[in-house]
Amino acid sequence: MKTINPLQGFFDACTESGLAIAPVDTSILAPASVLTIQPVLWRDLALAAKNTGMRWCGFWAQEITAGMEAFSCLELGGSYLIIRCQFGTDEALPSLAPIYPAADRPERHAHDLLGIQFEDQPDNRRWTRHQAWDKNQYPLRANFQWIPPGKPVSGDHDYPFILGHGPGVIEIPVGPIHAGVIEPGHFRFQAIGEIVLNLEEHLAYTHKGIEKLAVGRDAGGVARLAGRVSGDSTVSHAWAACQAMERASGLDVPARALWLRAILAERERIANHLGDVGAICNDVGFSFGFYQLSRLREQCLRENEALFGHRLLMDCVIPGGTAVDITDQSIIKIKDSVKLLSTEVAGLITILEDSESLEDRLMGTGRLTPESAANLGAVGYVGKASGQNFDVRRNAAYAPYDRLEVKVPTYRAGDVAARARIRADEIQISSQLIGDLLDSLPPGPYHRKWTSPQSACEGIGFIEGWRGEIITYVRFSDNGCIARFFPRDPSWLIWPALELLLQDNIVPDFPVCNKSVNGSYSGQDL
Amino acid sequence: MLNLFAKIIRTGVVTDPAPNLDDAVIKELGIEVRRVLNQRFSGSLAIRHVDAGSCNGCELEIHALNNPYYDVERFGVHFVASPRHADCLLVTGPVSRHMEEALRRVYEACPEPKLVIAAGDCACHGGEFGISYASCGAVENVIPVDVKIKGCPPSPEQLLQGLLVLFQRMKITLALQKNS
Repeated sequence: MKTINPLQGFFDACTESGLAIAPVDTSILAPASVLTIQPVLWRDLALAAKNTGMRWCGFWAQEITAGMEAFSCLELGGSYLIIRCQFGTDEALPSLAPIYPAADRPERHAHDLLGIQFEDQPDNRRWTRHQAWDKNQYPLRANFQWIPPGKPVSGDHDYPFILGHGPGVIEIPVGPIHAGVIEPGHFRFQAIGEIVLNLEEHLAYTHKGIEKLAVGRDAGGVARLAGRVSGDSTVSHAWAACQAMERASGLDVPARALWLRAILAERERIANHLGDVGAICNDVGFSFGFYQLSRLREQCLRENEALFGHRLLMDCVIPGGTAVDITDQSIIKIKDSVKLLSTEVAGLITILEDSESLEDRLMGTGRLTPESAANLGAVGYVGKASGQNFDVRRNAAYAPYDRLEVKVPTYRAGDVAARARIRADEIQISSQLIGDLLDSLPPGPYHRKWTSPQSACEGIGFIEGWRGEIITYVRFSDNGCIARFFPRDPSWLIWPALELLLQDNIVPDFPVCNKSVNGSYSGQDL
Repeated sequence: MLNLFAKIIRTGVVTDPAPNLDDAVIKELGIEVRRVLNQRFSGSLAIRHVDAGSCNGCELEIHALNNPYYDVERFGVHFVASPRHADCLLVTGPVSRHMEEALRRVYEACPEPKLVIAAGDCACHGGEFGISYASCGAVENVIPVDVKIKGCPPSPEQLLQGLLVLFQRMKITLALQKNS
């Protein structure tokens, strides 16, 4: 049977518009197809992609001998297409933000760290750079010279926020340090009375230079670093990095390791969803839900510690496999506890759904329409709650999910209630998956010795983290060390959604809206 | 509503220590914390948490202190929304250069005795991130630190233990000041 390539429509559109493109390379960054183009086609191809309904998923760039190289990642029907082009350091690249609004911040990030100039960028303000380095310095360039500052770095006081004018408009600055135990970031509200007219995010307060730190590290060091891109997604980020590195070097990972990684990833998903649904309840004063769900979360974490040696499962995924194995007794134990958890959660969700006060506070709050979600390319529970029926585990299945049935819940309401419901559904689906994975767990070794690649190579990883699709690009230099590491956290695509969904809501609902989206600050700040 | 109450009753008080060593250790630590707090803070310690650039791992474990298993508030330890209400700053993460000034200003806003706990490997010694163009490394490179709680991230037990050390050190410092 001849399979139809979902990308064929795009290629046909290119041919019709007279865009001369070379044949795609399906091996260099497999499973993605790679199209290498001239910069003049950069914008036209994005337009053709948009017109054929492709979802834009990420942008990153790197310095190469000949200048700069930019990557744009798109997806349609579970097939990934990466468009890459090389250009001189002094040349400007057309901005894709007018076509795909989510490209805005990644382009500004690339400008701040690599000095890439963009034509027609609708927003040319700095993004990742605050005051820690000069605007003419670019940390990711090889010639970047860092001299320790003799004095404290000042805050980013003069960031040009969008201003609201008119009678009755008030401005509320919040952050970078917030009232709760939460990561830092700045939010600027314009409001009339309690109603939010506009919210603007100013992030990058937790920028730690992760991309720069990765350069020169070995594979193990990068996996460790990836596990700390966003602490709540340690398994999925480490998996994405390892998947990319293993694809680059051609290392075949033992089947058991893949199954174990999936079990760890599903446990991470369950623990985070439990915490988040509880926190959503807490943000509207429903402490019953908070305490019950945080109790269940703690049980999961304790079991993680007992079985895998770490409550959050950090450093369990390593290049070549996993650092941990499970015994037959553990399998029985996990099966029992997952079954119990599933029953308890189902009972709790029934109680939460019965609560009129909860319904009153969550339904209709923070609504992201399916159209907006599609326009922003929202992924994960934010996308699924707004009709975006995509999950890497099903649509672009990687082992071991290619052997399993992954159900993907979707709703169209797009409100806080829908985002909470997706999480509740995913807890049940993940519990089921853990059972399936344990039933089919292959015997054999759980890791294979990592060997560094002998020549320059590159690879890409696509993983469905608990927050959504993670894309990680790695390139090895010819000494077997990392030359480029870019982890694209799903937060890049869901932070802009928060700005949009808060409009016309009341300021006091910001915490619950924010929690329901729960973008990672650290994951996007890098 | 009946279901809700039934669930509460069936769940019971999970905070009571289960008969295993771990829970007993937590309880013992907590009691010790309360004893020292009674002397110094009339039974309460207000903590302001500051994430100075962490990966969010430490925050997850600090959150856990408030779950029914640890229920840190029963020992008089509570988290406050402003440094001006705080006896103690609990700082996580390497201090990113973008957070450097914010951290200094929080420290200034905190009333004496301005206790500072650096929680997590990054806060203690820079951890995975160290010192770079974007990171100042350990918290003590920016503000004075009284106690360091290691761990990546530190477990809730380790966090409670760290609180204990803080109070012991305070007592020693006070005794030294009296003698000199």
